[in-house]
Amino acid sequence: MAVKTSNVSQVKSGQRSAIRGQTSGSFLKAVSAVVWKDVQAEFRSRELFSAMLVFSLLIILIFNFALELDIKTRQSVTAGVLWSTFAFAGTLGLNRSMAIEKDRGCLDGLLLAPVDRSAIYFGKVISNLAFMLIVEIIVLPVYSLLYNINLFQPGLLMVILLGSIGYVGVGTLLSAMSVQTRTRDILLPILLFPVVIPVLLAAVKASDGFLNGVEFSEILLPINILIVYDIIFISVAFMFFENIVEE
Amino acid sequence: MQPKSVLLKILDVLAIVLLGVSTYFALVKAPTELVMGNVQRVFYFHIGTAWTALLGFLFSALLSLIYLYTRDLKWDRFQVAAIEVSLVFFLITIVLGSIWARPAWNTWWTWDPRLTTAAITELIYIAYFMLRQGIDDPDRRARFGAVYALIGGISAPITFYAIRLFRTIHPVVIAGGNPEAQGSFSMTPDMLTAMFVALIAFTVIFIDLYWNRIRLGNLEDQVEQLKLKVMM
Repeated sequence: MAVKTSNVSQVKSGQRSAIRGQTSGSFLKAVSAVVWKDVQAEFRSRELFSAMLVFSLLIILIFNFALELDIKTRQSVTAGVLWSTFAFAGTLGLNRSMAIEKDRGCLDGLLLAPVDRSAIYFGKVISNLAFMLIVEIIVLPVYSLLYNINLFQPGLLMVILLGSIGYVGVGTLLSAMSVQTRTRDILLPILLFPVVIPVLLAAVKASDGFLNGVEFSEILLPINILIVYDIIFISVAFMFFENIVEE
Repeated sequence: MQPKSVLLKILDVLAIVLLGVSTYFALVKAPTELVMGNVQRVFYFHIGTAWTALLGFLFSALLSLIYLYTRDLKWDRFQVAAIEVSLVFFLITIVLGSIWARPAWNTWWTWDPRLTTAAITELIYIAYFMLRQGIDDPDRRARFGAVYALIGGISAPITFYAIRLFRTIHPVVIAGGNPEAQGSFSMTPDMLTAMFVALIAFTVIFIDLYWNRIRLGNLEDQVEQLKLKVMM
């Protein structure tokens, strides 16, 4: 039996590598197909998006009471409050987006598709990133409105984009792991948060710099850390995603 | 059940003897530090455990790659053993550091880069064991463990570098010249000897524990296979 399955997997991997030899156009097609599937499913159910949004607004509400956000404290903690909100809401979205795949065997269906597995990874990253950015785009004006701070600065938006890419890049890989465990509902934040601390740290530092009008040369270092982190972890996830989803 | 090999038994004895010798050097032979007094003696074991634990974590990241390449469960058992022993050693490092920091910095804990990174590293590897606990299939457990250990091993140094954006007060005793460090000191030859004895002692103790843990892992594996045989 064992011999048989290994034969089958050999054939499979042989087929896959043959398919891999195809043009990069088919890779992009596969990625966009995964993204399109997620967007369409979300557009119909609106489960994930509404949960993330309401959850973020509730977190801001809790911070309001926990920190007494008066004018003076607001100056120093806005970046921290924003990033804590994004981090918590982000785990909710990542968990849900992978749990949907796992629940009705959709993941197996995806894996049966004759495409490179990293296409599935990138598709998932892009759709997760899209949901997270949409939530952030709504949270920002609400926060601006509630606390009378202008958050629409190009620098801050860039930091949010870079930070979200790193967060989602690692988070997608780890959520693919955590949904396949027995403790899947609680495991993701425990796995994700200690690993993603450099992103949160650099993002808070850079956001704080932009909000308080610090010189750009001082903000450059945390931005560099964000870029380096994004590149390293997306490459690592790209290399090892196949090890996570194989059966 | 195979009996313990003679070499391992010798190593067991050697580890105990070296622990005694190192304790003697640290508590008796090394001179008392002028400013901090006797509490500085914690330093020797602090360095010894920190050095071995960090090497162990580094080694486990290497084992991740070897496992993912070869897919031999042997390497997974090696990795679990390395991380488990390193986790305990690193916890000892943190506790000893805290004991020293109370009189030297007047606080048990401060959010300095080294301390923060140490805490986060501990959390990463605790998460590693929680991840493993939730998976029944040995192959999948090994694969996920290897990937997570690799991610953790890459993330920890970046965390350290990122927190360095803030200033540090941790003394760098060996080849360091941070003027803001508090509790720094220069070592006399006797202190150096005590430090090297501690380094050697803890390296041997680490290897001994590591070897014993691998043996335990192999036995666990055998028990699991016997259980499966009985159930068939």
